[in-house]
Amino acid sequence: MSLLELKDVHATYGNIHALMGVSLTVDKGEIVALIGANGAGKTTTLRSISGLLPPRQGSVLLEGRAIHHLPPHVAHKRGLGLVPEGRGIFPALTVTENLEMGAYILDDKHQIQANLENSFTLFPRLKERAQQKGGTLSGGEQQMLATARGLMSNPKILLMDEPSMGLAPVLVDQIFDIIRELNARGTTILLVEQNALMALSIAHRGYVLQNGQVVLTDTGPNLKANDMVRKAYLGA
Amino acid sequence: MRHFMGSVNVRQIVLPLGQMAIFVTGAGVLCSAIMLILAILFRGSGADQVLRATQGVGILAYTLDSLPQVLIDGVTIGFVYAAIALGYTMVYGVLQFINFAHSEIFAIGAFCGVESLIALNGLGVMAKASAMGSFLYLGLALLIGMAASGGMAVLVERVAYRPLRSSPTLIALISAIGVSFALQDIIRLVESMTSGQFYRVIPTFGNFDERINLFRIGAKVIDIQVKSVVVILAAVVMLVALNYLVGSTKVGKAIRAVAQDKNTAALMGINVNAMISLTFLVGGALGGAAGVLYALKFTRIDPFVGFMPGIKAFAAAVLGGIGNLTGALLGGMVLGMIESFAGAYLGTYTMGAFGAEYKDMVAFLILILVIVFRPNGLLGEQVSQKA
Repeated sequence: MSLLELKDVHATYGNIHALMGVSLTVDKGEIVALIGANGAGKTTTLRSISGLLPPRQGSVLLEGRAIHHLPPHVAHKRGLGLVPEGRGIFPALTVTENLEMGAYILDDKHQIQANLENSFTLFPRLKERAQQKGGTLSGGEQQMLATARGLMSNPKILLMDEPSMGLAPVLVDQIFDIIRELNARGTTILLVEQNALMALSIAHRGYVLQNGQVVLTDTGPNLKANDMVRKAYLGA
Repeated sequence: MRHFMGSVNVRQIVLPLGQMAIFVTGAGVLCSAIMLILAILFRGSGADQVLRATQGVGILAYTLDSLPQVLIDGVTIGFVYAAIALGYTMVYGVLQFINFAHSEIFAIGAFCGVESLIALNGLGVMAKASAMGSFLYLGLALLIGMAASGGMAVLVERVAYRPLRSSPTLIALISAIGVSFALQDIIRLVESMTSGQFYRVIPTFGNFDERINLFRIGAKVIDIQVKSVVVILAAVVMLVALNYLVGSTKVGKAIRAVAQDKNTAALMGINVNAMISLTFLVGGALGGAAGVLYALKFTRIDPFVGFMPGIKAFAAAVLGGIGNLTGALLGGMVLGMIESFAGAYLGTYTMGAFGAEYKDMVAFLILILVIVFRPNGLLGEQVSQKA
């Protein structure tokens, strides 16, 4: 059984049919990349999983249990960690408070404290900025904060939406190193990326989305070598 | 770690107290200074001569003499406005929407508090109550008013605002104005059916009308009514508690997270609707308590009692920077102070041309002036601590 499974998911924004039967699986311990052009439906797929945009049709299963009918705050409790589009940092909360919000569903204070310390070990930069307001961080620091926050609830799977967006190349490298590192420690990751080259370099498997449909799926290295992918997304 | 947490908690109580002290002193000193400058400018004027002829004192002496009492009144009403203004500003912080029905939420608190005191009075228990007992009865009335207002605010949000959440805020605004009128008439209906009259008077009990001597300047004694002390203390306790709730507790942080980004808050497992309900509950309860305190101070209430304090508290929230909790406190204090000064001196300085009844005009004119020059309100530029 896959950790996360989407079966024939359809989603609409008003009259716009954004997803037309997306099916994909993510197994425990994997990094799975979801690549595609702007408007292909990458973010919409994540919104359908997280409950922000419930599917019109089809199902989303986490460890075999349906979660697509749940509101986002309940779906989150089933084990989804989110690094939202545009990072979603609470600008007027401090770095620590942002992290605490990531652990909102946890009641055990010691557990929260341990996770907080874990975040600071993972991202020493955040520790330096612990009492600073989230809105005052740089883009790279905000991405670190969003990632650390997504992990605060000990999720079964981390859903990351465009972690490289708006970051300088050196920071993009850093973020992808971190993703690989998190995965090596056992975190399962579904990665939505416009930066296909980087995403496929670290992903075990990948899906290519086009106009709301999966048009291609293979291992990361195979997709990276695929002619169509190279032409369309890697600029080769 | 424990020690560290302890010091944070104390800080969260001392900080708002300090803030209040600064705002009260600041608004008081500023208004006094302006008034004394005016008094000096008015020396030798017609108003000065009238005062010398009728009371035997010059305008400066007259102003100085009444100043402490005017300041005390300003602080009292300022705290009432601040408590109401917090309801507007909290809801605005979370939904970017003005809850115009908040003035009636205030009125419901006033009515439920006063009705429970009238009922207690009818049982005959209040006549023989000790000073301590009368404070307990007032506390009970406050709790009843808070529960009624908080509950009604939650209900109003559920019925009249939540279904419109995805509509433009203008639509919800119209709904709020509708709720406001509906609640006025519901209060009127219930009152005329149960008591046969529209207005109610808080029973006289305890020692709330007595005056405590504060200090003495020459032969003049500066005193304060017990009920003003009660109003100020109750408001201070509530404001500190609110500050603590929003600033330091888990739900308080969740409310702020919802105010800043509803989608992300939901993705973190925060029940956004529950937090919005909680915001209305807390804001409504504060408004309800303010209603009971208002009734205690001004004794008589009617179904439309919420309108003026409501609109002034809204003005106070805008004056301080709407969405900003500290701003609501500052705005309430400034507005209360201006109103108190205008009410006390307008008649004398204009030789009766404008009486105290024009105090609202002065308060709103100053509001307009401030907003023209600082459209984001007095504290609008700082990083606002949204509700």
